[in-house]
Amino acid sequence: SVSDVVLSALPLPFCNSPTMIVMVGLPARGKTYISKKLTRYLNWIGVPTKMFNVGQYRREAVKIYKNFEFFKPDNEEAMRIRKACAAAALKDVAAYFSKEQGQVAVFDATNTTRERRTVILSYAKERGYKVFFVESICDDPEIIAENIKQVKFGSPDYVDRNVDEAMEDFVQRIDCYRASYMPIDDEKDRKLSYIKIFDVGSRYLVNRVQDHIQSRIVYYLMNIHVTPRSIYLSRHGESELNLSGRIGGDSGLSPRGQKYANALAAFIHGQNIRELKVWTSHMKRTIQTAEALGVQYEQWKALNEIDAGVCEELTYEEIQQNLPQEFALRDQDKYRYRYPKGESYEDLVHRLEPVIMELERQENVLVICHQAVFRCLLAYFLDKPADELPYLRCPLHTVLKLTPIAYGCKVESFFLNIEAVNTHRERPVNVDVNRNPEDALQTVPDHI
Amino acid sequence: MMRGCSSRTKIAQNQDRAVCMTNCPTLIVTVGLPARGKTYISKKLTRYLNWIGVPTREFNVGQYRRECVKIYKSFEFFRPDNEEGLKIRRQCASAALNDVRQYLTEEGGQVAVFDATNTTRERRETIIQFAEQNGFKVFFVESVCEDPDVIQENIVQVKLGSPDYTNCNTEEAVEDFMKRIKCYENSYETLDEVLDRDLSYIKIMDVGQRYLVNRVLDHIQSRIVYYLMNIHITPRSIYLCRHGESELNVNGRIGGDSGLTPRGKEFGKKLSQFILEQGISDLKVWTSQMKRTIQTAEALNVPYEQWKVLNEIDAGVCEEMMYEEIQDHYPLEFALRDQDKYRYRYPKGESYEDLVQRLEPVIMELERQENVLVVCHQAVMRCLLAYFLDKTAEELPYLKCPLHTVLKLTPVAYGCKVESISLNVDAVDTHRERPENVNIHRTTQDALQTVPPHL
Repeated sequence: SVSDVVLSALPLPFCNSPTMIVMVGLPARGKTYISKKLTRYLNWIGVPTKMFNVGQYRREAVKIYKNFEFFKPDNEEAMRIRKACAAAALKDVAAYFSKEQGQVAVFDATNTTRERRTVILSYAKERGYKVFFVESICDDPEIIAENIKQVKFGSPDYVDRNVDEAMEDFVQRIDCYRASYMPIDDEKDRKLSYIKIFDVGSRYLVNRVQDHIQSRIVYYLMNIHVTPRSIYLSRHGESELNLSGRIGGDSGLSPRGQKYANALAAFIHGQNIRELKVWTSHMKRTIQTAEALGVQYEQWKALNEIDAGVCEELTYEEIQQNLPQEFALRDQDKYRYRYPKGESYEDLVHRLEPVIMELERQENVLVICHQAVFRCLLAYFLDKPADELPYLRCPLHTVLKLTPIAYGCKVESFFLNIEAVNTHRERPVNVDVNRNPEDALQTVPDHI
Repeated sequence: MMRGCSSRTKIAQNQDRAVCMTNCPTLIVTVGLPARGKTYISKKLTRYLNWIGVPTREFNVGQYRRECVKIYKSFEFFRPDNEEGLKIRRQCASAALNDVRQYLTEEGGQVAVFDATNTTRERRETIIQFAEQNGFKVFFVESVCEDPDVIQENIVQVKLGSPDYTNCNTEEAVEDFMKRIKCYENSYETLDEVLDRDLSYIKIMDVGQRYLVNRVLDHIQSRIVYYLMNIHITPRSIYLCRHGESELNVNGRIGGDSGLTPRGKEFGKKLSQFILEQGISDLKVWTSQMKRTIQTAEALNVPYEQWKVLNEIDAGVCEEMMYEEIQDHYPLEFALRDQDKYRYRYPKGESYEDLVQRLEPVIMELERQENVLVVCHQAVMRCLLAYFLDKTAEELPYLKCPLHTVLKLTPVAYGCKVESISLNVDAVDTHRERPENVNIHRTTQDALQTVPPHL
């Protein structure tokens, strides 16, 4: 409907058929890593996506994992259970699409035989789902060993095993699949839509991309990497407008803000980061902060703070006085609410997407940005949903260091010991348009 | 995104944002038999990169050959045992590479597209060494296709009109060209997954059914791959038009979010008729999120998608002003804009350059789609048009995009056919030419010299 389209910043075809992304590959090839990351990315850009890990279903069916023998191809009992788990997962996929308005389902399993893939294809065809395969092929023993260390040792399957036992069992588990592994065949499967990822992204083979979402998925997959690195997120130093409790604008740093810039420089130097890239917005306060670092930095207009339109440079008290209804509407749906002549958080996510894509490509980066922008970026890395995003805490004078690890992101928070105003306004209890000013301003932080 | 310092760029607040998408220049090298779309890809890629602000130029070795050997006799020139021919062709390739070096090192070029068959490993090795000596990154784009229908169509679309065949009839030309292809076939060494595993390349198979991508090194290569994977050659047309005349238009005011005038609504109706008459299968309709485009699309009675990025350029503090008022309140800004309309950013607003950046996803999606009608705004339409018609940044802000006129763009050969269809509903003129006097101390009269009449 037209109203749905108005709300979505990205014109993704919500009325088109749902898509199943089907992973393919031996164990420890990064399928779950890719599945989780892709799911997180798609949800962040506004495409309802859910991951279905068949291993999870198996762990629910078979409470205790004994050893690799479960996966032996001649273990009939186990085969029956595994097939049933795959079927249960497919059923849940169907329910997700039909009852939960899902758009994309990521079916995370080895799917290493043609037979299994044919089952999935038939299932999808019957229901009108598009299918896109993502196969990960890797024979580098070091990469595989590292995978196993990072994610398998911590798996529920190996909770009672020491590291060497776990490694040995897992290697034999992989062997169980190897004999029957039939990679997607470029000849026989030429009618299928797929991407083959070789050696963690050194090479890709892409076949028959059908539509916009598959094209975006391919682009994303081709931009992510697993090289260890850290992303540092920080807001600009405290600004003059921050001090007076005003939102938006383009003011310079307060004296404390300048102190922060210097402290940030010292912190960064202390971190001894290899080849750090520094990004700012086009606004004075981030640029002034970066200047103190004494290194080259790049300015992105896309990193500018959310445009508060008619509310630019107002205090919350003034907004309540002049536009009480708008103020309430914003509290009702802070993610989607768009300031008159301004932007919404949803718009912000859309304009930050190229920043995220480039962050994925890069290695060590320090992003000096703004409160709302910071929240959007953080939500991407920490997989926060739209209703939490606008309330994430991103205080001034604090650096967040994000380091990808296993399937997620380690977060370290560094407050650089320079006082600053609090700019975080919690959602008030009363969001009714007829509320009194006291209720509206209940959660406004202190300012001059 | 604006980069820090580059010796080749002026350090100015409004400086071209994409000047330094990569730290060293890139040499894109096409690979493939004749009639595989190399020149089509080269030209399109060059046009796209220039539009997004990456100075790019293509170097077609065939051109150099035509300059050297004034008259093309026959395919025999290309026979592998034709020593004289080989010598000339090698010289032409060298001359082209020399020009590449000059463009990338002395003329501020960032990307050079080296368009030739480059079908032997030996030739490619020469190019790689050349690039290494000069500090250029190399990215190969190979087009592989064995579908005889596609090849035939290629030949018909672009070879028959080539200078090489001006004096031949169709059959002779096709026959000669087929023999020309044969000359290359025996020595063709395709990019090999094993032998060439250290090279950066994309292999495009069967006009985009399949791609093999190896070792993408940096941002620009990633963008190039994404672009190449989104373009297609299925025949289609793109219709561009502005919203119907709006209330603010009639009053000579820029920007804002007003509704249509009665004439504007009339245009909506006429547009609906026009679209029906065109008999387009599966037409997608896109609008911005501003009232005037939405109201225009409503008249079409078909589903449409709203893109925020199609919104008109944000004129910041000048929103809803008449030019006379801008001159009155901001005479300096008004003059600065006339001095560099592409890069000038309205205070608290946008520049054309910003607009191009936010329109890039629209262009990418337009490339993916087939028949599309885009109902947008003057500055937006200028940016889109500049992309399709390869207009420079200087020309872009002055492209004529009158109200109540539909532009039908149909890709043909290496470019775009443009048909301009006025739907015969009167409207104000909103086109302001660059005045002669752009000096910041100019008189009001000089400043307002080119303002079109309004209420």
